Amino acid sequence: MSQARIPAPVLALAAAGLLFFLLPLAGLIVRAPWGQVGPALVAPETATALGLSLFCSVTATAVALVLGIPLAVVLSRTQGTLRSVLRALTTLPMVLPPVVGGVALFLAFGRRGLVGEPLHQAFGIQIPFTTAAAVIAETFVAMPFLVIAVEGGLRSMDHRYEEAARALGAGSWRVFARVTLPLLRPAIFSGAVLCWARALGEFGATITFAGNLPGRTQTIPLAVYVALETRPEGAIALSLILLAVSLAILIGMRDRWLGSP
Amino acid sequence: MAWLAVSLHATIRVQRNGFALDVDLEVGAGETVAVLGPNGSGKTTLLRALAGLIRIEGRVELDGEVLDDSAAGRHVLTEDRRVGLVFQDHVLFPHMTVLDNVAFGLRRDRIRIASEWLARAGLSDKAGAMPRELSGGQAQRVALLRTLATEPRLLLLDEPLSALDVTIRAEVRRELARQLSGFQGVRILVTHDPLEAIALADMLVVLEQGKIVQTGSPAEVTARPRSRFVADLAGVNLLRGRGRGRQVELDSGAMLTAAEAGEGDVFAVIHPRAVALYLARPEGTPRNVWRGRAEDLDLQGERVRVRLSGTVPLVAEVTPSAVRELQLDAGAEVWVAVKATEISVYRA
Repeated sequence: MSQARIPAPVLALAAAGLLFFLLPLAGLIVRAPWGQVGPALVAPETATALGLSLFCSVTATAVALVLGIPLAVVLSRTQGTLRSVLRALTTLPMVLPPVVGGVALFLAFGRRGLVGEPLHQAFGIQIPFTTAAAVIAETFVAMPFLVIAVEGGLRSMDHRYEEAARALGAGSWRVFARVTLPLLRPAIFSGAVLCWARALGEFGATITFAGNLPGRTQTIPLAVYVALETRPEGAIALSLILLAVSLAILIGMRDRWLGSP
Repeated sequence: MAWLAVSLHATIRVQRNGFALDVDLEVGAGETVAVLGPNGSGKTTLLRALAGLIRIEGRVELDGEVLDDSAAGRHVLTEDRRVGLVFQDHVLFPHMTVLDNVAFGLRRDRIRIASEWLARAGLSDKAGAMPRELSGGQAQRVALLRTLATEPRLLLLDEPLSALDVTIRAEVRRELARQLSGFQGVRILVTHDPLEAIALADMLVVLEQGKIVQTGSPAEVTARPRSRFVADLAGVNLLRGRGRGRQVELDSGAMLTAAEAGEGDVFAVIHPRAVALYLARPEGTPRNVWRGRAEDLDLQGERVRVRLSGTVPLVAEVTPSAVRELQLDAGAEVWVAVKATEISVYRA
């Protein structure tokens, strides 16, 4: 089957769009002061920031999976006004400026916050400016991507599989675990990748709610921001690392995904 | 395993989006009922109601157990009903092997029992295959095994053969008939294929616009259709009018003469083979003679079906040589004759 040819204007605009993505990357690679970047790449602070970034983003994705999939299931079953309200609530972090999200998190989980204050008084637990705060900030901002992807998967799913399972005597939990979840795998996977990528790049909410403490809350985006003012070559080195890690993981996952049926 | 005699009594009403289903159904143990009806008649809704997938007004009693009783607020969930549901296309779980699919509904000895079912159907070599590696016919057979393995009391089949290739349909239909004969519960088959219905069912239920318009054995229903849908299925002409002695006055005003017509609102059935076509007005016995116009011709096997318009719109079935002799073509004017003895009339 031969498809209709892509019209020339569409091709031209697509090329412009691709170039728009490629130029900043090219700039980063071409203009990097490689001589000075080298040492910065192997500096221990770099490894610390990278490790923290990976840890926080992966943990945030895990939390988002545990909370987000059930949320998507509930969302996909509701209708009418309730659905609109729930949807607005879950997607709010996507449109909210992350800094505002950070402030809101502070007012909820901070030492004087809605939940933070009783937590502090009862158990002496203090969330802000800890690694946990960085994970919370990233989860808050990134989870909507997962919820939306999974909910889309649920809505476009053929529900007769679930009906067939029920007719075979499977209760609601068994249907969910053995049929719904496996069938949702593609949606969960792409949602998790989007969620993780958003968490990895998170800046605003993290710096507001978790601060910028090297080794505890200073992820790579924060380290890049700080380094830009003092030692630009360090910022470029960190940016290159983030770029390489992101590309490697995205490409690796893509291949694995395409390779599996 | 010992099957118990199971019977079904159902009074089902479903209202939604301007569509109303209103059906009373009684099915005896070991009986296969085919629910026939055009698209949108409510066939699938009826199956889904019996499976417990939608809430109904009314009452469903299976084997003495009340599954639905809206008056008492009772509704047994699908998973607790022990009903078997077979879909149009197999709906095998794509992420499980054939064996795991068949074992899905089993509680204990799952793998052993599932293997036995596959072995009996001659599908052992497919046990480790994924559903996408099966042909359409194999997949539908596995789907049937998956359902039968759970030993349902009520088996609901939703057009189980319609998604299959014509070439393998006969084979799967034979297997289905064989499997059904060994199943002692109540069997309800939804179909729009009269061949499927007649091959598999003891009783036909014709559903139109959410209501049962006719029930009976396949032979009774096709011999005395009470709706255009069934008449088309049986391939006969169905006319409606008012009987007076031996005359039937059709709604169009035309008169039919039959051997006996009865009184009041009646149906008249004319088999297409009983419709004779002539170039000149025929003399002699036929009592019913009209002018007609051939609208289109359709070669079906050894016969040609001619759709006629005119005083009485009919379908005639003639031989190809008759078509040549009459120089019949779309648009040709002919004389149409039907013997009175060839018209069967019964109460509407």
